[in-house]
Amino acid sequence: MRIALILLGVAAALIAPFFVYPVLLMTILCFVVFATSFNLLLGYVGLLCFGQAMFLGLSAYVTGHILKTTDLSLEIAILAGALVSAVLGAFVGFVAVRRSGIQFAMITFAFAQFVYFLLLRSEFTGGENGMQGIPRSELFGIFDVSDTLTFYYVILGMTALAILLAYRVIHSPYGEILKAIRDNEPRVESLGFKPERFKILAMSISAGIAGFAGGMKAAVYGFATLTDVSWTVSGEVILMTLLGGLGTLTGPMVGAGIVIVMNDELAQFGEWALIAQGIILILVILFFRRGVVGEAGAFFRRRQARAKDAPAGKPREAE
Amino acid sequence: MPTDTALLEVTDLRAWYAESQALQGIGFRVNPGELVTLIGRNGAGKTTTLRSIMGIVKNRKGSIRFEGNELIGKRTYQIARQGIAYCPEERGIFASLSVRENLSLPPTLKSGGMSEDALFETFPNLRARASSRGTQLSGGEQQMLAIARILRNGCRFLLLDEPSEGLAPVVVKEIGAQIRRLKAQGYTILLVEQNLNFARSVADRHVVIEHGTVVDQLTNDELSADLNRVKTYLGV
Amino acid sequence: MFDGITPQLLFGQLLIGVINGSFYAMLAMGLAIIFGLMHVVNFAHGAQYMLGAFVAWLLLTHLGIPYWGALFIAPVVVAIFGIVMERLLLKPIANLDHLYSLLVTYAATLVIEGLIRQQYGSTGLPYNSPLPGGVNLGFMFMPWYRLWVVVFSVVTCLGTWLLIEHTKLGSYLRAANESPEIVESFGINVPRMMTLTYGFGVGLAGLSGVLAAPVYQVSPSMGSGLMITIFAVVVIGGMGSIIGAILTGYLLGIVEGLTKVFYPEGAGLVIFFIMLLALIFRPSGLFSGTEKS
Repeated sequence: MRIALILLGVAAALIAPFFVYPVLLMTILCFVVFATSFNLLLGYVGLLCFGQAMFLGLSAYVTGHILKTTDLSLEIAILAGALVSAVLGAFVGFVAVRRSGIQFAMITFAFAQFVYFLLLRSEFTGGENGMQGIPRSELFGIFDVSDTLTFYYVILGMTALAILLAYRVIHSPYGEILKAIRDNEPRVESLGFKPERFKILAMSISAGIAGFAGGMKAAVYGFATLTDVSWTVSGEVILMTLLGGLGTLTGPMVGAGIVIVMNDELAQFGEWALIAQGIILILVILFFRRGVVGEAGAFFRRRQARAKDAPAGKPREAE
Repeated sequence: MPTDTALLEVTDLRAWYAESQALQGIGFRVNPGELVTLIGRNGAGKTTTLRSIMGIVKNRKGSIRFEGNELIGKRTYQIARQGIAYCPEERGIFASLSVRENLSLPPTLKSGGMSEDALFETFPNLRARASSRGTQLSGGEQQMLAIARILRNGCRFLLLDEPSEGLAPVVVKEIGAQIRRLKAQGYTILLVEQNLNFARSVADRHVVIEHGTVVDQLTNDELSADLNRVKTYLGV
Repeated sequence: MFDGITPQLLFGQLLIGVINGSFYAMLAMGLAIIFGLMHVVNFAHGAQYMLGAFVAWLLLTHLGIPYWGALFIAPVVVAIFGIVMERLLLKPIANLDHLYSLLVTYAATLVIEGLIRQQYGSTGLPYNSPLPGGVNLGFMFMPWYRLWVVVFSVVTCLGTWLLIEHTKLGSYLRAANESPEIVESFGINVPRMMTLTYGFGVGLAGLSGVLAAPVYQVSPSMGSGLMITIFAVVVIGGMGSIIGAILTGYLLGIVEGLTKVFYPEGAGLVIFFIMLLALIFRPSGLFSGTEKS
């Protein structure tokens, strides 16, 4: 059942560009990776980073700058962007883990605005105008990826790699400790682990993956703007993750898809895209905290186990 | 003991913390003027029973009748207004309030609450510390303050959670004397205890709780006659 | 090194700093009161501040009610709005992880700001000063309205602080801050107290908004821009410490103003750097005597 679903998803992703505008699909893929990075923190460590956009945006600028000013190949530029974001993530983590829970969110929020401000003032970013004309250098220095359809498959492959990495982290012994920190931090500490170190590393990995998404995005669009660093994008990724299903691997993918398509549809109606985001986020928090994937899973489990009286998985609440 | 004389009647009380069930069906009653203890091991469900009566544990089923009124489904403040006062195990002295502020915090719910002066008469130690911060008091003084505080609002039914815990023997004795005095004044008291000797020194009746159920009920005389009957439950 | 600094520049920026600090202090105080009792980080505080300014503008433009009327009416309107918000959005999730309440107030901010922007556009609307003119102090010119802002905010902050530290009502608040369960077990309707406290905190934001209308332009994003600074103020002062929020608010306003004089490039960053330093060297907050997390 599960394998069939995965295969179906892969098949759909492979033929999708023949039916849907590939740039829209690539945008979705970038945000799938971005939302996955956010979910890694909130869903599996319980840390709400309210400034995830700083990692996306910074890396987009770094990747763009490398592509514009050097002959380095595409994947190196994107990885370099991801690396810079990972370093920033480690630093933000180092400072922010000093306060737990809600204050962590506030500190990361302030941090993101600081990064926004720095990028606004920096010469190389082009300030308010953003960074234009980012070339799409050859992949591995040999493959030409200027064709949109070809590039779609490259982006698809990169997305798969990023998700695989997140999957490996979550299902490693290290990921188990992260989940234990989420569920009962004092116990983890009493076992002799230092939760702070694990959190900082998780923050760095998450930032790196978000940066990877930012690099991809810069290459897809050929430009990078301050929007990528703004708090509306930091909020968008929260919506994607919660709407899709917090703490599930597929949730952020579904959420990213829905939100990007919705933004695309509502783009012509001025403020309504943001208003709709707000309303949906409210509804999700009040009524559907398991998100689309979580609710669907619970629905199927209830159907399967109607006779057996097996309790459906409940999301983490109230601690 | 016919049902209609019971002040508090708990029937088939079940309660949950998150997913795990802490009470499996508790049943007992407290008659007016009585002092009843809930005794049992750590984690048996004694404190949870008090917190369920008070509505602090909200996920609870069964029946809790106080003067004939059902308490299940009521909010904590509504339950308090029926005339029940609660003194928690951790005493709940507010650190950011002075002793006097702590004492005068509970509003008058029923007539017959003790005035600040009357309380200082009853607990003379507290008068000298009236303007200290609540947490600068010793453990015994904090316990006195915690008990004094709930006499303010005029409730005649007191829930006391382990008032003897962590206190020196001489202080425990003093607390015991105060509790007996309250009983003599006509208060009805439900006391959670692990200290068997302390429980015997104040109570009329004992309700033994284990694994979230009532496993035995006996009068104080029955307990004195056969201490071993309870000691096995307590694992002493 | 500081040759170009005239007294006019120094005191002018200092005044701007104190004015900004007045708003930081009032908003951070409201945020700290709400957080202290409910453990809700009210992201919508900035949007509610903006609503205060907007209501004042609407009262003037459509009903002809001047500033002095708006100073009373607008905070009440915004407080009622806050109470409705608390009932609809915060009460249902009061028992969940506090992150949800931050997120739901964030979502409300998107909706509030979006609707206002949709209706009135994103450019600022002018609101004339009710106290034109000023006095020349010799070393600087002091506009009357700015003086009024400083005095009014100091009185408001001081009054609120006294209310909380020295009244019966305040002792309920402080006690419920430590343990809402025990306060409720005394027969006090804590859920209603939370609703009213949220309304009070939001009303304070609305009041700040009215006060701000003649100083800054009335625009949909005037609040969310401020929220970053307010968050930093609350983090630096120590979450939930009311006096910490007030003092840190004024202090950071002044420091920011002085930075503009001595190192203009750093003015946008100085608050952030102070937050970094505070987190690294005073991880529990500058005024964390009664801090609880």
